[in-house]
Amino acid sequence: MSAPLGVEARGLGVRYGRKVALGGVDVAIPAGSITGLLGRNGSGKTTLASVAAAFRRPTSGAVLVGGEDPWENEDLLPRVLLVRESGDVLDVETLRTNLRFVEDCRPAFSREVAERLMDRFELDPDAKPQKLSRGQKSAFGIVLGIASRADLTILDEVHLGLDAPSRYAFYDALLEDYVEHPRTIVLSSHLIGEIERLVEHVVVLDHGRVLLAQDADALRVTGVSVTGPAREVERFVVGRTVLGRQQLGGTAQATVLAALADGEAAAARAAGLDLGPVPLQDLFVHLTADGAADAARELGRAR
Amino acid sequence: MFDGRDPIYVQIADQIRQDVLRGDLQPEEQVMSTTQYATTFRINPATAAKAFAQLVDDGILYKRRGVGMFVAPGAPDRLRAEGRETFFAESVDPVADHARALGIPLEDVIARLRAHAARTAGAEQDGAAS
Repeated sequence: MSAPLGVEARGLGVRYGRKVALGGVDVAIPAGSITGLLGRNGSGKTTLASVAAAFRRPTSGAVLVGGEDPWENEDLLPRVLLVRESGDVLDVETLRTNLRFVEDCRPAFSREVAERLMDRFELDPDAKPQKLSRGQKSAFGIVLGIASRADLTILDEVHLGLDAPSRYAFYDALLEDYVEHPRTIVLSSHLIGEIERLVEHVVVLDHGRVLLAQDADALRVTGVSVTGPAREVERFVVGRTVLGRQQLGGTAQATVLAALADGEAAAARAAGLDLGPVPLQDLFVHLTADGAADAARELGRAR
Repeated sequence: MFDGRDPIYVQIADQIRQDVLRGDLQPEEQVMSTTQYATTFRINPATAAKAFAQLVDDGILYKRRGVGMFVAPGAPDRLRAEGRETFFAESVDPVADHARALGIPLEDVIARLRAHAARTAGAEQDGAAS
């Protein structure tokens, strides 16, 4: 059986000794979506991914994959793949042998896709992982991640070691294969600007909690940058949540949380204000800055 | 591309509307599939599908089962009629406001528009003659 697998965490808590990695997380990753898993270092992204892929057991609460507990679940786990930056490959075996091992335990594995991607990233099948550069290791992780066609594929910072042209090759390969073979893809990345159009859904973690989880397009339009005469900008931001503010002489720019009605936008323009989009990356920086939790809560309510 | 303030699916739909209005996409011409669109512009296929669904709802595109999506026969007329309504409010009024702020008489603006239209028409005739 093959169908995209969604993820649902219910009161999910994970502790490492005294350190709380996830503190009672409730979140759903829609089946069949490409979901961006965002958060600063140490926010709990890798822990959430590890629990979903049954690399780790929760301390409290539960995670369900396709409605089932993934832990030691023999039927489910061949359909769940977590690719970590570290690679999880056999260092002393060639890439060809590594591919064969993966092919043996992944029912939907496509050898054809693997070979094509090996060519695209210029990887030598006779090389051994220990001889690879960081970028090549990342690329090999991506080959495994895409060619396995797992119903839940979690790619945790896999493209960090890649240069820009290779990252774009990765995005292209991922989309091409995703449209032909829909599955749930969780993409964890710090390169938010590059992935924001690839993702349909966004989950932002902060200090082991869910800051927000929502439709990416809806999130993008909740931020507005307003530029114009300082007095008009001040008038515009009254009663709105201001995430950031800059002023140069008589001109000011403010980033606010606001979904504007048509009339409001027209009125603002008539007052000499320029309204611009706020890139997801900037929104993320504002929301995860210390003391920004209130703004994030408001955003959660606004949707 | 797609860096405006609207949701991306709205921007995609707007761009296709523009293509139809300019004649870059003709009635009964097949448009890119959602899949082609997503991979060409590196955007989520669900986002692209949402844009196409909106255009189908609006009668700009129609589906032929198993073949793909095509520009509806009446799409350019429909878009022109809709465009007329918003043109004056969204394009002309701001120009008038801006001109007043700069102290430019309305007559100068009108003269400029006439000159521009004459130039564009002339260029099109040259293009047709060559």
